[in-house]
Amino acid sequence: MRDESVAGPTMAGGVRAANAARPEARAIGRLRRARRSEALLFLLFIGPNLLLFGVFTYWPMIYNAYLSTVRWDLIAPIKTPVGLDNYRYLLDNATFHTVMKNTFVFTLGAVGGSLLLGLLVALLLNQPLRGRDGARTALFAPTMLSGAAISIVWVYMFDPRFGLLAEFLSWFSLRSPNWLRDPQWAMAAIIIVYIWKNVGYTVVIFLGGLQAIPKDLYEAARVDGAGPVRRFWNITLPQLSPITFFLMVTSLINSFQAFDIIKVMTDGGPVDSTNTLIFYVYEQGFVAFNAGRAAAASLILFVLMFGVTIAQLRWGERRVHYA
Amino acid sequence: MRNPTIDTAVIPPARRPRKPAATIGRGAVYALMLLAVLVVGLPLYWMLIGSLKTLTEIRTFPPTWFPQEPRLANFTDAWNGAPFGRFYINSLVTTLAGTALEMLNAVFSAYALAFLRFPRKNLVFILLLAALMVPTQVTILPNYLTMARFDWVNSYQGIVLPGAAVAFGTFLLRQYFLGLPRDVIDAARVDGCTHLRLMWRVVVPMSWPAIVTFGLISLVSKWNEFLWPLVITNTLEMRTLPIGISYLLDSEGNTQWGTVMAGTIFVILPVLIVFLLAQRFIVGGITSGATKG
Repeated sequence: MRDESVAGPTMAGGVRAANAARPEARAIGRLRRARRSEALLFLLFIGPNLLLFGVFTYWPMIYNAYLSTVRWDLIAPIKTPVGLDNYRYLLDNATFHTVMKNTFVFTLGAVGGSLLLGLLVALLLNQPLRGRDGARTALFAPTMLSGAAISIVWVYMFDPRFGLLAEFLSWFSLRSPNWLRDPQWAMAAIIIVYIWKNVGYTVVIFLGGLQAIPKDLYEAARVDGAGPVRRFWNITLPQLSPITFFLMVTSLINSFQAFDIIKVMTDGGPVDSTNTLIFYVYEQGFVAFNAGRAAAASLILFVLMFGVTIAQLRWGERRVHYA
Repeated sequence: MRNPTIDTAVIPPARRPRKPAATIGRGAVYALMLLAVLVVGLPLYWMLIGSLKTLTEIRTFPPTWFPQEPRLANFTDAWNGAPFGRFYINSLVTTLAGTALEMLNAVFSAYALAFLRFPRKNLVFILLLAALMVPTQVTILPNYLTMARFDWVNSYQGIVLPGAAVAFGTFLLRQYFLGLPRDVIDAARVDGCTHLRLMWRVVVPMSWPAIVTFGLISLVSKWNEFLWPLVITNTLEMRTLPIGISYLLDSEGNTQWGTVMAGTIFVILPVLIVFLLAQRFIVGGITSGATKG
């Protein structure tokens, strides 16, 4: 960048000297210089951002791919090349199979739950109710709060001896499961907390989408004698599809990266029952010091996310109705 | 969270006479809305009363809904139970520095993309947006190694720098800048206004709502950030609040829940206050980002 700024004026100066006699050429020269200084300004403005992305996003991707082909404990001076062994290990490993299954269950529960509940609550709040703006704000608040802190509150609430959920269950004469210590219930607990924390976001976005649907569509349908259920299926859902689509893509990407709730509430346990891909990457890299396996697992996760996003974009192109 | 009362005051009551069936229906709808707010608000209420209970009261079942003998000492116990003063400083420094860098980066990049000519500008734009597709877990291990090479593990710049690059915010602000009235900007250019002046005197003031929204969201997400600060720091003195809070937990199962709830309030309260003060910006900005984008 610096080279260019030095060379720029000198070269332009040369052009100016040669064409001193011709005004229109001088004007072109000035224009060219302006263009060049504008391009320089562009690089100056956007350069820091691009540099940061280069160092902390693009370079890591390349380096991560390399790391996935070595065996290394993050300390030894030598990284042993092992080819595709790390991938082979993961594909044959029972724990990794559990991790994949957990990731699938978590994603399905978390994304499906937030979207469904979010849509229902948004439909509720889309009616002319008093205090609905306040309700919307209240519902949105948990998305703004620290996942780690809020998870600690939930650990307290899930306590089977004196927790709030045990109290609720006792109203129906039910005994509380030992949520976070029982492999059968731990994932359910994580999903509940995730939905509780994130549903406000889907509510707010769905509500924005609902309010953007033109009112005369409903009027026309009513004139044609369509009941509320038909209006919902034939107007609301199709009109809402771009929003639903947007939420599906963003929720999916976010749920793949959900870490703080799992780390604080169960630390991946009990017996790996809440160990998802992101947790596995963290555990292999920073607890077991197994750089190669962590890198391979994270690449698998990346390919998965990429694939799902592309698939959604394809599917979305056909299904989404843009007004 | 107390906004319903304000809103009832603003919205004039509906005065149409209703059939009894419709009234019951409306009652049910209000009940459902109340239920949704209660379900969402309950954990926060539980945190608040938990922070005031004694350990004996916490361990009674069925649990009490109001603290019988409020114990404010939980807060001093929490504050002394872990170096919270230090955690606060760490969180404040990294959050403010990170947000400032993100905002500067976003404004400058968005301005460049919106108003400056550059060959193959679209490629640059795509390069930025493509970064959105790269998830944290792919970059986290290599970034840790990069930081180790710079000797920046356990440092503020180590916590802040990887998060200072902005893709989504750049995209949002660029859209906003492009939507500004063209003639105002052209007029300023014709008057010989330099790009820096144009940016700070015209474009930024006109885009204030978008910039504030972006800044607030960035502020909140930096304050809450967990995974990266967890791996890039390894001493107690460098931990940020979300990580520091778990030092109050007892792995043997003898957790002093009253103290721990007081500690979670330390983490949550600043963000809750910012959110309640600025909720119009945040909620409105998020909605328009999705519905218009």
